[in-house]
Order: sequence, then C-alpha cells, then structure tokens
Amino acid sequence: MPDIRAFFWFFDFAGTRETKQVELTGAEIFVRSLVEQGIERVFGYPGGAVLPIYDALFQQDELQHVLVRHEQAATHAADGYARSTGRPGVVLVTSGPGATNAVTGIATAYMDSIPLVVFTGQVPTALIGNDAFQEVDSVGITRPCVKHNFLVKDVNDLAVTIRKAFYVAMTGRPGPVVVDIPKDVATARAEFHYPKRISMRSYNPVTRGHPRQIKKAVDLMLSAKRPMLYTGGGVILANASSQLTEMTKLLGYPITNTLMGLGAFPATHRQNLGMLGMHGTYEANMGMHNCDVLIAIGARFDDRVTGNVDKFCPTATVIHVDIDPASISKNVKVDVPIVGPVDQVLKEMLKVLKESKKKPDADAQKAWWKQIEEWRDMDCLKYDHDSDLIKPQFVLEKLYEVTKGKAFVTSDVGQHQMWAAQFYKFDKPNRWINSGGLGTMGFGLPAAMGVQFAHPKETVACVTGEGSIQMCIQELSTCRQYGLPLKIINLNNGYLGMVRQWQQFFYDGRYAMSYMESLPDFVKLAESYGHVGMQITRPEDVEPALKEAFKMKDRLVFMDFLTDKSENVYPMIPAGAGQNEMILV
Amino acid sequence: MRHIISILMENEAGALSRVAGLFSARGYNIESLTVAATEDESLSRMTLVTRGTDEVIEQITKQLNKLIDVVKLMDMHEGPHIEREMMLIKVRAAGPAREEVKRLADIFRGRIIDVSDTTYTIEVTGTSEKLDAFVGAIIRTDIIEVVRSGVTGIARGERALHL
Repeated sequence: MPDIRAFFWFFDFAGTRETKQVELTGAEIFVRSLVEQGIERVFGYPGGAVLPIYDALFQQDELQHVLVRHEQAATHAADGYARSTGRPGVVLVTSGPGATNAVTGIATAYMDSIPLVVFTGQVPTALIGNDAFQEVDSVGITRPCVKHNFLVKDVNDLAVTIRKAFYVAMTGRPGPVVVDIPKDVATARAEFHYPKRISMRSYNPVTRGHPRQIKKAVDLMLSAKRPMLYTGGGVILANASSQLTEMTKLLGYPITNTLMGLGAFPATHRQNLGMLGMHGTYEANMGMHNCDVLIAIGARFDDRVTGNVDKFCPTATVIHVDIDPASISKNVKVDVPIVGPVDQVLKEMLKVLKESKKKPDADAQKAWWKQIEEWRDMDCLKYDHDSDLIKPQFVLEKLYEVTKGKAFVTSDVGQHQMWAAQFYKFDKPNRWINSGGLGTMGFGLPAAMGVQFAHPKETVACVTGEGSIQMCIQELSTCRQYGLPLKIINLNNGYLGMVRQWQQFFYDGRYAMSYMESLPDFVKLAESYGHVGMQITRPEDVEPALKEAFKMKDRLVFMDFLTDKSENVYPMIPAGAGQNEMILV
Repeated sequence: MRHIISILMENEAGALSRVAGLFSARGYNIESLTVAATEDESLSRMTLVTRGTDEVIEQITKQLNKLIDVVKLMDMHEGPHIEREMMLIKVRAAGPAREEVKRLADIFRGRIIDVSDTTYTIEVTGTSEKLDAFVGAIIRTDIIEVVRSGVTGIARGERALHL
C-alpha cells in the first residue's frame, strides 16, 4: 500500500504548514547531519542524557551504531578507524561518566592529531550548573585535550555546529572536537539544513607553503653533504606518502621515520634507516646526529625523538615542513621553516627539484652512505636466536613473515610496542596504529576493532602485553557481538616490561609494582567470550601457531606467548643523553 | 621581557577560559588580563600582559592563534603603542594628610571621585609604572584599598587591530 502521508505531503502547497512538516527533533537532526556528512558508523554507549538520540538511531538504518563495552574503547575504536582510513572517527556517549570515560581516548587522539568528533550527552539546559545527576562540565574537562569544543544550547544551532565540528576536526592540523548536546536540545524541534560548505572567520588553516621558502629549502637540500630526512605522522595525516617516497628516491638520501610516521616511506627500501629516537636504530640516530642538513617533514621534534635538545643534531641546518606554525621552533630552532600542508609542499618541492639544474653531490653522497652502512652493519636490533625461551622480537619477526607484511597492526604501549615498531616492516602508510604521543595502555584492542570495521576483509593484528590488554579486555565482548576476527598477539612476560626495564637500568633493580601477579588464564578467558585461545610456550611453536591462527579468517584468536621475562628493548637513549649516546645491548 | 598582547576573539561563552587554560596548561604567566566586548558585539577584545624570552613570546602568540575562537591578535611591542591602566585607590585622608593627598593626586593628574570625612577615593590613569609610582608616593599605612583595571593598549597611527 502506498504511503498516504507522502501522497498528501506532495500536494500540500500551504507554505507555513509545509515548513512545519520538515521540522525535525534535535536527535533526528543529529542523525541526518551525520548522514549528510558521509558518516557510516558511530562508536558509542547509551545513557540517560542521550536516550533521545539513541531513539532516533533506532528508527533508521543509514547510520550504523557499534556498541562498545566502555566509553574509552569507543574513542579508541573511532581513532583506529580514523587512523586506518584518513576519515574522521565518530563517537557518541552519554553525560557525566560517559564523557569522563571518553576523555582518555580524546586525549590520545589529540596528542597524535587524529580527526575525531565526539558527541557527549548533557543534562537539560535548565539543569546545567545544578550538580544534576550525571552532570559534568564536559566542555571544561575536555578543553585542554581537544582542538575545539562546543556546547549546543539551541537546537537551531545544532546542524551548523556539527558541520563546524567536522570542518575543524579534519582541516589544518587535525584533532578531536567535542560537541556537547543537552537532552532538551535533542528533543526540541527545528528546521533542518546541513550546510555543504562552511567558513569561519576565526579559523583559516594554511593551504599553501611559501614558494620562496620551498625554493630555499630545495636549494639547501641539494647543497647537503650529509643530508637526513626525518619524517613523522604529519606525512600520513596529509596522505602524502607517495610524494615523500618519490622525492626521497629522487634525492637518494637516507630517511628515518618517527614512531608515528612508520609506513610513510617503505621500511624495506634500502634508503630507510628505520625508526629514530629513544628506541630507534643506531644508523638512524647516528645519521641524525652527524647530518649537515636535516629535512624534517610533518614531525614535531618530540622529546622521545630528540633526546637532550642541547645535544640534538649539532652540525645540522634544519628545514621544517609542518601545517602547524606552533610546531616550528618549539623544541629545536629551525633555519628554514615552511608552514603548509605536507602534501602540497612536497608536490611543490618535487616540481622545483625536477626543474633544478643542481643535482645532489654524488661524491659526498657516496662517502655519507659508506658511513651509514658502517653504522647499519652494527646490526643494532640483533638478539639471541638460540634461546630456549621465546624472544618477543622473534614473535614479531614471524608475525611479519606469516602476514607477509600486509597486516594492519595496532599496538598497546610498552616494550611490545617498540618491538613491533622495530621488527614489523611497514611498507604502506595507515597500517601501523599506535598511541605515540599520549602512550595510552588499553589502546590496542579497541583501536583494532575500529580498523577491522573500516577494513572488513583485511588482516588486523593487535600486538599487546599482559599489562596493556587488561586495560580494555572487556572489548572481547564487542568483538564477539560484531564477529571481528582480530588476531591478538599477547607478549606475556609477567612484567610491565618497559617499567621493569627502567627500574633495572635506573632504579637498581627495585621492581616496584611492575610484576603482574594473578594473571587470568587468557586461553579460557578468550574461550569464555566465544573466541579461540592459544598459549605458546616454546620458540619452535611460534611460527606454526601464527600460521594456524591467521588461517582462521572468521575467528578472533587470542595468542598468549609466554616470552623471556628479562628481555629489554635496545638500542636505548637514556633520558638526558644525546642521540649518539645509545645503550646497545 | 614584558609584552602586551591584544586579542580579538569570538564573543562566545568560554572564550576567556580557553585563553586562561592555555596559559596555565603551558606554564606561561599572566600579569594582567582584561576583556570586554567591542563596538562589534560579536567580538571581544582581550588585552593580556605576559613576560618571557623571545622564544616563549613567539610560542604564546602561536598557541593563541591556534585557538579556534581567536580571530586576530597583535603583540603591541611590534610597533609604537600607547598603554593605559586605570586605578581606583581609597586612602585615609584625615587631619594634615588630607591636604597632602590632594596635592599628590593633582601632581599625578588624578581625580578625587569620592570624599568622606576620613577618606578620599582617587582615580588615576596612566601606564602601569605611573600607577606604581603613585602607590609608592602614598604612605603605606594610609592606603585602604587599591583596584587596578589591568593594562589596555592600542597601537599608534594607522596600525590597528580590527577585522
């Protein structure tokens, strides 16, 4: 039977009545706005203040809602989704504890410049400030860890605020944006209009690097005797890895990637010296320390990269390309700053490079590479291959082989994270998903869920430890509900390994609270959620177990590897030391 | 070095706390801060006085510019400018001191805006140093109350902070 209401609506020419008919509730405006924005999925958890929005979600099928088990996981899942796709992640949580639980995930995204839009429910406007049930000043609490936030007090502002939130989150240096929606705003009615374009007089991100600075930088690059490319997460966020790869190959210069920048230039390429910084390779750190021209692109000279800034790159002239002017000369004085989007600046650099008559100094390059190869021959990532115990590095090498380097890999935070960064060779961007800036334990599993939702056919592995995994282990339930076939690589050494390593090195082996007692039986735990659990205790079982697990395409497999308790991450730059002062095994 | 930074911001709820929060989160100090709407009601103008090395001041202006609500800002010290602060000071004015306080106020071009049997309230306007000097000139024990507006400033000539 045809829809009679639609029939009448079609013939209803009474202007005023027609306007009334297209009025929607705030909750409906929320849903329509996200659909207009091209959002297909929201990660969230319901509660009192967002009941009207959940009711609207229930009555439509364009927008999928993923129910997590804790709001922190909602933000991490949306974050993993964003990092692996370049599209914004969307979160919906309730007021009060819903919002505060989300804060860790928001701060995680903020530190790594990940575009998220987080909607928090709020108590009705009339109750704001009254210490109402489940009331918290969400805008106040999140202010230091968002790019921007909004409290929507009038339903007429809702659609345009949502549009602004996505605009701010995705442009310039990306970041999380919080939109706080009081319950009465979600139930009030207004006409719906979602603006296609938006401009804000107070927010105009740079769209081009300065051409003269770019020319100056290229000229300096071509005059270098001992050049070094140092690139970070900004290259991946700007989707500029193809330009970076082309330029690096054209120059023939050595390149090192930060923890956030892995995959922007193929790890298996000869010019790539691996990761730099506190647990970076010997060749990358020595290359940094001895270079004469440092070409920093989309990297922010983080303290884990520079070590002691007074000893950082003592002989280098520094070029720095970044979208954020505040990143330039913040920690390290820059000689040739270029503020602009990395992709545009690299395109322009390539053009100038190709047109330039000047070529890199071949003799100087030969000598520089000879030196670099000597450093590389130190084989700084070597470890004991004959041990009777499972070496964590061995597990990661095998993981790389078994997945043929094609998996999306998320990680938690600690030793396993560093080993994954060192041993899994990422040839493509957006494949390595970890919390670099904030260092959030508990990130790995929910982030992997987000990645798997975005890439249902791809292999997604979560490299974790028995400490980190327990911070968001409840998400095994979400994985069950949505049939996410993640592969969890639990490097279980019974210690908070990175804490233990520091206690061994710097606190005379007083292992305060770094030993993990009363661990669950992870195999049974996984099984109780309906997943497959495995425990691997011998080196010779590592590869067969991984092969078996990755063959199970439609099951989540939790692999509990009991690894050598005493293994440490090397090389290591101790706090206060320069990049040339590494501890090597 | 001391800097006066003027900021044009969207006149939105919470704009002030974004600036104050930035300063506390990043460990910058604020010596004074004033804020009020401008002739355009959608804009607030904030004037803040801070101290720091050139590098710190550069970071402060960059970080302020990053705030989404900040439309435009100006470091007054990049060119000639005028700064003013207003002070209301209530002083004990009884007996022989009464004449002395009046004379001092005249010297500083202050105006007595309230009078009682035992007190004068004086309005003084000028640079912060001038106000400091006036406070210093009055016998400490005679000062009952001091209120200062915080510094405001404006650039000289054609240079201006406007949209």
